[in-house]
Amino acid sequence: MLIGVVASLLFATACRQDMHVQPRYNPYAKTDFFGDGRSERPTIEDTVARGQLHIDQARFTGKIDGKDIDYFPIQITQADLQRGQERFNIYCSPCHGRLGNGHGMLVMRGLRQPPNYLDPRLVSAPVGHFFDVMTNGYGAMYSYASRVATDDRWRIAAYIRTLQMAENAPAPLAQQGANQPTTNTTAQPGTNGEPGGTAGGTK
Amino acid sequence: MAQLFRPSSNVIAKLSIAFVLLLAGSLLAFAYIMDRGPWITSVQVAPEQPIYFSHKHHVKDDGIDCRYCHTTVENSSFANIPPTETCMTCHSQIWSNATATQPIRDSWSSGKSIEWQRVHKLPDFVYFNHSIHVNKGIGCSSCHGKVDEMPWVYKVATLNMNWCLNCHRDPAKFIRPKSEVFNVDYVYPANQAELGPQLVKEYHVQSLTDCVTCHR
Repeated sequence: MLIGVVASLLFATACRQDMHVQPRYNPYAKTDFFGDGRSERPTIEDTVARGQLHIDQARFTGKIDGKDIDYFPIQITQADLQRGQERFNIYCSPCHGRLGNGHGMLVMRGLRQPPNYLDPRLVSAPVGHFFDVMTNGYGAMYSYASRVATDDRWRIAAYIRTLQMAENAPAPLAQQGANQPTTNTTAQPGTNGEPGGTAGGTK
Repeated sequence: MAQLFRPSSNVIAKLSIAFVLLLAGSLLAFAYIMDRGPWITSVQVAPEQPIYFSHKHHVKDDGIDCRYCHTTVENSSFANIPPTETCMTCHSQIWSNATATQPIRDSWSSGKSIEWQRVHKLPDFVYFNHSIHVNKGIGCSSCHGKVDEMPWVYKVATLNMNWCLNCHRDPAKFIRPKSEVFNVDYVYPANQAELGPQLVKEYHVQSLTDCVTCHR
């Protein structure tokens, strides 16, 4: 009887019922059905998932007829700039640094140093260029298209413009920025509420 | 005729009763300890991974945000494991000849997945959604512990139902400002008793304890 009690107690702690492991695939579950062992399948060629129809050329490629656009295809408000700042600090700052000067932590660790955003070539570059680099990669930089959503890439581009502006801002504007509450200082150029803000590249 | 039981039998009888009680008690205690201990819950147990990947190094030393790799955590029920491409973003340049990073390059050139071992498993009858938690002020470290101090990741919470309910019954104890959700060093302030209910109200957090919240 004692042995029976011991056995049943052991089973009471160790057993796993069928409900625990149900006949379905959890994320990343392994399968023998497909040759590569993955239960998650890539999109079949020439199919478009719901919400993934990218017909707006300017918005999804940053180019029109192969030429970088120099305006924001989405509206950029102060909230968008703050979102751009947050995304920039997550995905870009490890290499580009929080100021965009190319002195990120990973550069200290040996990654190739990216250019400073204050480089005249980049200050005069159309915003579509930054979007294109984020989308397709550039030089040593990999594509971030799978990691950062399309509109977030535009918001980051807007924030890069902000960083460029902040460094070159005339003294009175910089002073005004310094007097803002900390959460607003970086978004200063967008406060006029214009679509695209002053951060947008204008010809 | 001699007595069937000698006087010492009294002691033996009492002792045997005590022994049976003790045995039953210790068996129950054993079952309880096994059930709550690492053998069943895997708490503090770091499964061996195919690569010596250190969260401590990448998060603490390099200052990389959780979301740099776990990109879907804010939008999806499941916090993704980064694809090999994310590793290669840096390791095509840093440690690009090291033996430690060889499995990444093998995966990159062959297209075969790196087979990471899962640390946090829930039974299939439990529904859990990451995005709703991180978007309502529940921080990563509240459940995952100080991942920035784990060379190999292990579980700090049992993920038992009573552990879930501990927070679901009173979220105010564990909620933090949305801006601090991804801060691995977050320390609850002294006035959490005031701040908590305030944040719960501000973020419209409901104390969901219906069975169907998780068992759907």
